[in-house]
Amino acid sequence: MLRRVSGGKMSNYRIEGATGTWEVVIGLEVHAQVTSNAKLFSGASTQFGAEPNSQVSLVDAAMPGMLPVPNRECIRQAVRTGMAIEAQINAWSRFDRKNYFYADLPQGYQISQLYHPLVGKGSLTIEADEKAGIPEDKVIGIERIHVEQDAGKLMHDQHPTMSYVDLNRTGVALMEIVSDPDMTSPAEAGAYIRKLRAILRYVGSCDGNMEEGSMRADVNVSVRKVGDTELGTRTETKNVNSVRFVMQAIEHEVQRQIDVLEDGGTIVQETRLFDPNTGTTRSMRSKEDAHDYRYFPDPDLLPLELEQEFLDECRASLPELPDAKRARYTGELGLTDYNARELTAEVETFARFETLLAETAKALGKPEAKVATPVANWSLSVAPGVIKALGDEGDMANATPERQAAILKMQDAGEISGGQAKEIFEIVLKTGREPDEIADTEGLKQVSDTGAIEEAIEKIMAANEDKVAEYRGGKDKLFGFFVGQTMKAMQGKANPAVVNQILKDKLG
Amino acid sequence: MTDLTNLGVKAIRDGVAAGDFTAREVAESFNANVAAAAALNAFIVTTPEHALAAADAVDAKRAAGEELGAMAGVPIGMKDLFATRGVQTSAASAILEGFKPEYESTVSQKLWDAGAGMLGKLNLDQFAMGSSNETSHFGNVANPWKANDGGNAVLAPGGSSGGSSAAVAARLAPAATGTDTGGSIRQPAAFTGISGIKPTYGRCSRWGIVAFASSLDQAGPMARSVEDCAVMLGAMAGFDPKDSTSLDAPVPDWAGALSADLRGKKVGIPKEYRMDGTDAEILASWDDGIAWLKDAGAEVVDVSLPHTKYALPAYYIVAPAEASSNLARYDGVRYGLRDLPEGAGLQDMYAATRAAGFGPEVKRRIMLGTYVLSAGFYDAYYTQAMKVRTLIQRDFNEAFEKCDVILAPTTPTAAFPLGDKLDDPLAMYLNDVFSVPASLAGLPAMSVPSRLNAKGLPLGLQLVGKAMDEQMVLNAGLAIEQRAGFDAAPGKWW
Repeated sequence: MLRRVSGGKMSNYRIEGATGTWEVVIGLEVHAQVTSNAKLFSGASTQFGAEPNSQVSLVDAAMPGMLPVPNRECIRQAVRTGMAIEAQINAWSRFDRKNYFYADLPQGYQISQLYHPLVGKGSLTIEADEKAGIPEDKVIGIERIHVEQDAGKLMHDQHPTMSYVDLNRTGVALMEIVSDPDMTSPAEAGAYIRKLRAILRYVGSCDGNMEEGSMRADVNVSVRKVGDTELGTRTETKNVNSVRFVMQAIEHEVQRQIDVLEDGGTIVQETRLFDPNTGTTRSMRSKEDAHDYRYFPDPDLLPLELEQEFLDECRASLPELPDAKRARYTGELGLTDYNARELTAEVETFARFETLLAETAKALGKPEAKVATPVANWSLSVAPGVIKALGDEGDMANATPERQAAILKMQDAGEISGGQAKEIFEIVLKTGREPDEIADTEGLKQVSDTGAIEEAIEKIMAANEDKVAEYRGGKDKLFGFFVGQTMKAMQGKANPAVVNQILKDKLG
Repeated sequence: MTDLTNLGVKAIRDGVAAGDFTAREVAESFNANVAAAAALNAFIVTTPEHALAAADAVDAKRAAGEELGAMAGVPIGMKDLFATRGVQTSAASAILEGFKPEYESTVSQKLWDAGAGMLGKLNLDQFAMGSSNETSHFGNVANPWKANDGGNAVLAPGGSSGGSSAAVAARLAPAATGTDTGGSIRQPAAFTGISGIKPTYGRCSRWGIVAFASSLDQAGPMARSVEDCAVMLGAMAGFDPKDSTSLDAPVPDWAGALSADLRGKKVGIPKEYRMDGTDAEILASWDDGIAWLKDAGAEVVDVSLPHTKYALPAYYIVAPAEASSNLARYDGVRYGLRDLPEGAGLQDMYAATRAAGFGPEVKRRIMLGTYVLSAGFYDAYYTQAMKVRTLIQRDFNEAFEKCDVILAPTTPTAAFPLGDKLDDPLAMYLNDVFSVPASLAGLPAMSVPSRLNAKGLPLGLQLVGKAMDEQMVLNAGLAIEQRAGFDAAPGKWW
């Protein structure tokens, strides 16, 4: 029986086994498809989902005499990615051939970089997440990033006895991002992939779409007894294509390895496959029948030498990255840690937020820092709530930043309540009408007319003389009763701030 | 009218331009010679219609008063390693038999653009691996030369450009393309009494040439005079963005700047090339060459290329290593031969296809290359060979501080009979001993005929120049050509 227990602060993922307590060592090799129009060494398109074999150049099909020519944009994207993880960029790198036979590999070798990768050591930070068992921020080392060609795709379901080959993906540029074995729990591995994905998407070097295979991970896992300094024998689970599956694969592999070891067996260094249907891994091939890839420098290509000017341009083109953005949100904009983290997690989220923030600050004539919190709350909870409740009835195209800013402006001026803001937004989503016009025509405005409010309050005070006396006698709690009565009388449309002020004046 | 097939590249071009004869007449004459020379087996495929169409286009352009290209009206032979659109490109292998590419190699396209026409695709050693043209799937090529010793042995035309050398020597073509990886232009040129130059690595685009060893392969012309080589090289060379190793440098007017006046130039004689057991007639021919270059005004100096003896072993590691990888694409999946035994899986198909599609020499080199790149052997072989390669380049750099061009024999012997060395690969590989160093260093190198030996067979002299200095190589070649007065031709027996 295995039982998961909590441990110390550094690594709180521990497995209590029959023979003692185990800990886990995880390293990830992430393959990220480079965002580019053309392949790494040919001019063929990289568009996903085209007809099989419609995006194949003579080079991709490895016709006799064809030669690779590096695509500068792919190199640029990998360099920018390296800079985003603060890695060493190697101005001199070289392509090597990794030789093996497979039907999805027309050249009989993959052009990759073994000996001299484009990007050297770097790192990224995963954030503390108590609930997930990550007690504090943790730096995960990245050993290297190299660029290489993707392979094609075999299709086994097209013919009863034959396999078909689709070469559309053949030669598409991949970045292989190799982490150090710095992760010690499935949660850390998940956080690492999410963070890496965010960085790639910020930089624009990979769309991070794991379902389409734009990002996939090889998961290296080993276990050892707490206190052991030697690493255990690892297994590598190939091509896992979601964060959840990566975490599942690790959990399964950890349990399996501990079972084997505690039963007196040994772990075989091998390549394994993850089965998403069962959440388990199974052996693919062991080290004994591993390929000898016969790596050697590709003689068709000269070493890749990057000029300072090119590197400068790569650096200058980098956007604000997740960590810096989050720090600015909590610092300059005064947002909570939670809001900052939520807003910076995805490119779309911060992009929408920053557009709305700018629009709202402009509409209100106030600095961004002054309106950031209401805009953040609107972006993270109010607006998504309305959108979700409305479902198919709403059209996001109607929710322009200008209209949302107009709603926030009315709210800021006390013209509408929070509830009215939601109602107006709902109508905006459904119809595309302008918020000001909706507020006017639909009667969705707060009454700030002191006369009307005073009149209502006087009536209530007259009808509840006993309670007025009790309040004046020191029963402060009754203030809420008067607010409630007033709002009821005003059909909820009175400006609460005005109501409060007048009540205070009149009750004395 | 003179026999047009005795004319060279420049004479044909100038004659067509001057209206002495038409390009069509020239093409017809050579087509006839080609058709009558089946016994030489120089061509794998003949394309008389291609030669005629190109000739007609040139004649029409001339009639219209348009400017004519550097090769206008010259029909040539195309080594069957160059991809030619719609015409079988086999690399003399079974695995590519019947393969007709939908693309044209950069070099052949440049030649057609310059007005040349194609007589056919020339035989070669399979995948350019060989020194005797005996490894072709399409049979041996016969050297048009025969020894005068009373025997009737058919001789090797050299290799791998054996179809090219035989065709040019036998007047089946005024010139032909060759490729040179370790001597495949120079050695067959020497064996057949013609000239051939391998330019600096990167001068000619490799795009569309079936790859043997990418870091060594270079295309070049083979013709019956130095000037013809210069003209044709000018049409073949030039930067190609489709080849990452292509030299981004202007192409000089080599033919225009040809000069046999070598005053002020130094010719280096590498002492390490005086190897024990070298044929006395080869050494005598070398001495002739030294005398001729002195006569042309050059100063002769001794130079040393100390790592020469390591060049051949290093070459036979680097070239097979690259070949083992370059030939992996011939797998039966997408084009060429597919041998799919009943019920076979992918691995069985690979094995059957490659077993049937590659000849013994190609298999030998794939195995050699696979071995030297294997885990545990890589450093001992490949890494070491690459270090030797660097040392050989350094040898040449140091030698060229003392001289402008190096003179050496092209081969250790004259042409040998077919079958003579077929069972002894090492003896065959030794044929490349003088040509391989310049290949490893990527330097321009040329063979020009010097004399006939006692058996009446031609011998060649080799000139090696500094990187990018084809002009010096051609000029020294011209000086030898003028003094050697080599005008012998093989007697027609085919």
